[in-house]
Amino acid sequence: MSTSLRNNQLALSATLAAVLVPTAIALVFFYAPVDEDGLNQKIFYFHVPIALAAYACFGWGAWKGLVHLWKGKPGADLESYVAIHLGVIFGAMTLLTGSLWAKFRWGHWWLWSERQLVLFLVLFLFYSAYFMLRYSVEPGPARANMCAVYALFGVVLIPVSWLSIRLANDFIHPTVFTRHGPQMSGSMFFTFCVSWAGLLLLAATMYRVELAGKRLDARLRELRELLA
Amino acid sequence: MSTYLADVATLARKDLRLELRVRSVVPSMLLFVVSALVVFHFALPSGSSDLAAKGLLWVAIIFTALLGLTRAFVAEREQRLLDGLLLAPCDRSAIWLAKTVSMLGFLVVAELVALPAFALFFSGIDGATVAGVALANLGICAVGTVLAAMAVAGRARELLLPLLFLPLAIPIVVGGVGASVADEPARYLGFLALYDAVFAIISWASFEYVVTE
Amino acid sequence: MSSSEKYVAAAYLVVFVGVLAWVAIIASKLARLQREVAELVELARRRRDAA
Repeated sequence: MSTSLRNNQLALSATLAAVLVPTAIALVFFYAPVDEDGLNQKIFYFHVPIALAAYACFGWGAWKGLVHLWKGKPGADLESYVAIHLGVIFGAMTLLTGSLWAKFRWGHWWLWSERQLVLFLVLFLFYSAYFMLRYSVEPGPARANMCAVYALFGVVLIPVSWLSIRLANDFIHPTVFTRHGPQMSGSMFFTFCVSWAGLLLLAATMYRVELAGKRLDARLRELRELLA
Repeated sequence: MSTYLADVATLARKDLRLELRVRSVVPSMLLFVVSALVVFHFALPSGSSDLAAKGLLWVAIIFTALLGLTRAFVAEREQRLLDGLLLAPCDRSAIWLAKTVSMLGFLVVAELVALPAFALFFSGIDGATVAGVALANLGICAVGTVLAAMAVAGRARELLLPLLFLPLAIPIVVGGVGASVADEPARYLGFLALYDAVFAIISWASFEYVVTE
Repeated sequence: MSSSEKYVAAAYLVVFVGVLAWVAIIASKLARLQREVAELVELARRRRDAA
């Protein structure tokens, strides 16, 4: 893919994100109805899309890992790394916004009964260990292979962990608090979708920018070696 | 197929024979698990339920397994045996299976001491707990072997393995504690079997990528 | 501001701060890359003059 086409993709996703995210914010505050939870429910419009964006990043990272192992495409390892890096960033934001939601809704900064948050905690630990792995091994094909395998383990862990957390809640925390289900009215759902689309595009933009930066880094190193 | 299993048997036999001669891993695991159980006695305030103790049994098992797994590939790396193994005309995944089997052996030996010790120090062990331990062992060794191979390739290998292993061990702990503690252990045993199946398959399939240079 | 509004604002702030922190890090990386390019251009120029 020529650089101009690549740049256009980046500009496109950046523009779309820049349009959709403020639209979503406007919709959240001026359009979506205030439900019985009060204003706090507005956090939900960002917390859940951020969580979904994080899952998308982890999935993309695992996909690129698979591409690396299976097809051996040279850029795939870097793409996998950047996707997972972004996933961890979004995961951290999920935990923070989720904690704020829990504090307001239930009065505690952390709730083991909030399954989505617990799942993110486990995934956050798992993918943070990814970086420990990556930085303890010398760069090279061995490291790329190992990281790709680890990314695949991660994506398998997501459903297994979710299931285990569900099972755990039955004997650790009998469910006293019921989750606010997605029984959203039409206008709420529309706001949610706009927010989701906007955040996914934001994630895509951040991914492309970070990837471009790292690729540029590698090219410059190559240039330096050629000139030295 | 028969050569595959023969390779696995040869490699597993090598590990077991080495351990019989050197006797480093299993005695440490035995001592560790009993010491851990004693520590847990002091860690549990009086009036703690039996259930809390059962939970701690699983902590002991996970960390004892971790101790054993840390040693899993060290001999191979240090004496460059891994390169020799990789040159051998066997399927790479056979190395994984052999290592998993030998680790399973060590862990079972450690548990043959740990479970009676637990029954002695705390409360009795029922059939569901034993079944849970048996199923969990498979998952621990399957996943642990792959992660141990990754960790040993890097620098701070003893530090790295626990970090890699613990998030993946959480579902095992949930399944195991559930099997020990809940009224209907069948669900948790089924979950452990699912974990074992899923992770054994991807461990088996991905191991060769972890050891290629 | 009521308490609930504070929490909502805090949640949005978290997202905002997160993204802006990322922007700042990328910006500093870009600055470093620009410096490197300048150095390499200098190196190439010197090579061309020497040749």
